[in-house]
Amino acid sequence: MHCPKCHAPMHTYNRSGVQIEQCSGCRGIFLDYGELEALTQLEAQWAKPVPPAPQAYPAPPAPAWGAPHHGGGHHGGHGHHGGHHGNKSWAHMLFSS
Amino acid sequence: MTTADVLPQLTAKIRDAAHPGPAAPCACGTTTLAHRPDTTVVRHAATVAKAHAPGTDPGALALRLATAAHLPDVFLPPLAATPGALVDARPVTLWPYGTPVDPDDQGAAPWEAAGALLARLHRAPVVPGTPLMRGPAKAAHAMDRLHEALAAAAPHPAAPAVLRAWSALPAWARAEAPMPGTLTLCHGDLHLGQLVRHPAPDGQWLLIDVDDLGVGVPAWDLARPASWYACGLLSPAEWTRFLTAYRAAGGPAVPQDGDPWAALDVPARALTVQTAARYLAKALAADRPLDEVEQSLIDACARMVLE
Repeated sequence: MHCPKCHAPMHTYNRSGVQIEQCSGCRGIFLDYGELEALTQLEAQWAKPVPPAPQAYPAPPAPAWGAPHHGGGHHGGHGHHGGHHGNKSWAHMLFSS
Repeated sequence: MTTADVLPQLTAKIRDAAHPGPAAPCACGTTTLAHRPDTTVVRHAATVAKAHAPGTDPGALALRLATAAHLPDVFLPPLAATPGALVDARPVTLWPYGTPVDPDDQGAAPWEAAGALLARLHRAPVVPGTPLMRGPAKAAHAMDRLHEALAAAAPHPAAPAVLRAWSALPAWARAEAPMPGTLTLCHGDLHLGQLVRHPAPDGQWLLIDVDDLGVGVPAWDLARPASWYACGLLSPAEWTRFLTAYRAAGGPAVPQDGDPWAALDVPARALTVQTAARYLAKALAADRPLDEVEQSLIDACARMVLE
């Protein structure tokens, strides 16, 4: 594959088990769907070697157009996600067509 | 004709309905539960009257009302199986009062009941002649309103993402082609305002609002919570409770196991666009910025067309 920015060839590298493509010209990196989340999760595991598990729910599947914190980067269910209790337009939205 | 005209007539009608027999003075009082351009709902004692939208097809409404009346485990049973006399050329239906979801206590939202009721509805036999579920038509209507708002305002940076996400939907989701697949009985407009407990205050949860009821793609009924979850508004725990209850009750809209998004994707995109369009139109009319919740819908629209 060729770099969408400078059109030089891209080479595949393995970073902690995640395949990423790097441009031989501008050194830009291309990530497939889910790879950024996989890397973020690995980074989080590195930062927190013993992650607490306060929530019983694993993150359920979400679509590709979903909010970016979906997927592997979900830390125990207490991120940005669903943190809108008390927001006026969210309270309105729950009850509106 | 303004919506204010409807209230006194509807109030007189509900008083008669709540106290049949010779006219007697009553001290119950009438409460206005909703009063919008397309809907007016009033309550008098244990009776609720709804004046449906101007232009409502009375024949289709009668069929929808009869459908609800045949599903007393799913829908709040109407007090009369046919629409009553018109108020300002708008059909009126009568209902028992049910206790709604507390809007100030989101933790009390009955996600399990919502999932189970939809599964039951989607498994109900379809009577020939049942009207179409109006979900896609409502989405198209929201886009018409957005176009009107955009025509009356300066260009808005959020508009292109919403318009492009709408254009990227298949024709059926834009009400421009027939809905695909085996058509199933659907609610058509599920949100937390569509659930009440009957008998009040702690009877079983039931669905209300037959205006969009009809045959269609059942995933549409799951798509508003799905959209909220995808946009990061509804928590994974709440979404899981809803979806698990739906599956446990044998709901046919999604596979029993595994990733449900192949079925949910198009309707959830449509409802995300619809909601984004509604809130953007409101923000334009009020000349105010979008808040973070509204922006999360716009951002999701933008991501749909990036893919």
